[in-house]
Amino acid sequence: MITSTAELQELASKKREDNEKNPREISPERSTPFYTKQRRIVLENEGLIDPDDIEDYIAHGGYMSLFKALDEMSPKEVIEEVKISALRGRGGGGYPTGLKWESVSKVQSLQKYIICNGDEGDPGAFMDRAVMESDPHRVLEGMAIAGYACGANKGYIYVRAEYPIAVEKLNRAIKQATKLGILGENIAHSGFNFTVEIRLGAGAFVCGEATALIASIEGNRGHPRQKPPHLSDHGLWGQPTVLNNVETLANITPIIKNGGAWFKAIGTESSSGTKVFALTGHIKNTGLVEVPMGTTLRELIFDIGGGATEGRKFKAIQSGGPSGGCIPEHLLDLQIDYESLKSAGSIMGSGGLIVIDDSSNMVEIARFFMDFCRSESCGKCTPCRVGTTELTLLLDKFIKKEATKKDFELLKEMCNMVKSTSLCGLGQTAPNPVLSTIRYFEDEYLAGIDTKCH
Amino acid sequence: MGFGITMIREKVRVKSFKINDICVTGQSNQTILEVARDNNIEIPTMCYLEGLSCVGSCRMCIVEIKGSHEPTPACTAKIKEGMEVTTNSPQIEAARKMILSMMFSERSHVCSTCVANGDCELQNKSVELELEHSEVPYLNQRFEIDASHKNFVNDPNRCILCTRCIRVCDEIEGAHALDLAGRGLNMRIVHDMDEPWADSQSCTSCGKCVYVCPTGALYEKDISEEEVIKKRGIITELIKNRG
Repeated sequence: MITSTAELQELASKKREDNEKNPREISPERSTPFYTKQRRIVLENEGLIDPDDIEDYIAHGGYMSLFKALDEMSPKEVIEEVKISALRGRGGGGYPTGLKWESVSKVQSLQKYIICNGDEGDPGAFMDRAVMESDPHRVLEGMAIAGYACGANKGYIYVRAEYPIAVEKLNRAIKQATKLGILGENIAHSGFNFTVEIRLGAGAFVCGEATALIASIEGNRGHPRQKPPHLSDHGLWGQPTVLNNVETLANITPIIKNGGAWFKAIGTESSSGTKVFALTGHIKNTGLVEVPMGTTLRELIFDIGGGATEGRKFKAIQSGGPSGGCIPEHLLDLQIDYESLKSAGSIMGSGGLIVIDDSSNMVEIARFFMDFCRSESCGKCTPCRVGTTELTLLLDKFIKKEATKKDFELLKEMCNMVKSTSLCGLGQTAPNPVLSTIRYFEDEYLAGIDTKCH
Repeated sequence: MGFGITMIREKVRVKSFKINDICVTGQSNQTILEVARDNNIEIPTMCYLEGLSCVGSCRMCIVEIKGSHEPTPACTAKIKEGMEVTTNSPQIEAARKMILSMMFSERSHVCSTCVANGDCELQNKSVELELEHSEVPYLNQRFEIDASHKNFVNDPNRCILCTRCIRVCDEIEGAHALDLAGRGLNMRIVHDMDEPWADSQSCTSCGKCVYVCPTGALYEKDISEEEVIKKRGIITELIKNRG
């Protein structure tokens, strides 16, 4: 049992000595530009620590932030530090985390909850998976700090069942932390209790949406509901709830350790810190990339990613998964932050970046994402349920080159209508891939219009 | 309540605001839709039924609230002091028409062969919104009809998934014999664990689901086209009588 910072430090130095005796081999790839051009905060321990061993995490400074918060800081000060850091939600919405915590901490309630959203469902995204699999204790520590700050003593991690390794690592991490008394009752004699449970998602993309996720934890059908009431008033089991993405919570530990001002200094004015991207598609170096906000897409794709695959020309980059959009080559000098990506017709999203080369048809890309939304639509509201199907069928017409001019008008009208009238984020963002490809690659849609018969 | 938990009731206050530039007042626990109806301002609805909980799923009752960039369903939005609501802007009306088109296009809604012809909310709504033809292509889905129950029939082909039947069974009858199965376009109303209606253990055969169905998806046996008589107001009556 660890009950004080001194004991934690003692364990850490003991483990460090052990590690020095048996140094772990570090892959030589770590010295290539793919790694050296990154700035790793969330992924600082990725591949360097043993995720199955809590002592290794502690040896790398783990749980120091939690003990620091419990020993030296009041819940208000923790929230203040997170507010100073200007950390914004990494799940895609970009809502300031400090404000979210503050609104929950202000609500009077006997029971509050912290939920970690690990239901990473975007096609081509694997950031949260890497964090949960390679550094599970970081997530637990972030949740415990959030719990302390907001006055919650119960945490849930909602992980999709398609991530069995993440579930295994997290389960082991919870067991180890509970055994050491880092989770459980009266942590470090502070009087603060915090326990964490894992809930598995059954494979529905919509359960990544906050209200649907909560319905799913409660054992109901994974259907979203109309907001307000917001989660800070009416969340899990009707109680005030903080719901944060895995990456958001993984940022908490370094913020408490180094201070909010340190974090704020990284990145751009409106978006601080770093962002992890899952770089995939037609690119030489695929993998997880963590760069400060404000890095240009060009640096990301060409300096780190090595450019499009051999003999191919870069055409566009798709960000934000099925809720995002495609950004063409002439906008590659765009600095990555929440606002700039939005103004370019895409979104930050959870961090999937899919590079598309000149062999791809943009209408087919749009159709792929629309078809994904169609099959993942829960069916609760009419615009999303019917609209995504109708849009998929319309896009099919363009791909078969059987569309009419009227179809093109209907496509645009329906996209805007589904976007503005759907109930939850899934439907509201489902037309984004179509709208952004119309914006930058309209000629490919026009090529799908059959001019002979009409 | 036990467990030492006391329910704190929010104080009800009077709020005044504007709907379509008309000054109205309501109580703070009321929704925009309720206040609008109190003031004879019509907002079309589909999944809403007075007396049942509001789910905001059909999106027919969307309205614009000044300062908010997306339309909001009036049935779930609580009123706020000084808010400015528009129920009939051209954009809202166009969106409503397309939503209604989508309801028609999703499944098979052939009025001439429907028991509910003449007493159908979907049909009435298209007259109200002057929808002469569907703006979106028909999807022509086909579902199996469940006619196993001795008194009632469930025809998913005419269902618009408003979930009134589920809510009335759960909230008023207290049986919760109905629920949803499948997702997206394949979603449908099922009895118990997707069993034939006749085999449902929890169904009390009270018929409330049939009374509240807006279309001809749930109907009484032994009737032909245009013969259905829906008693949708019965639930509201029932709740009022129960106090």
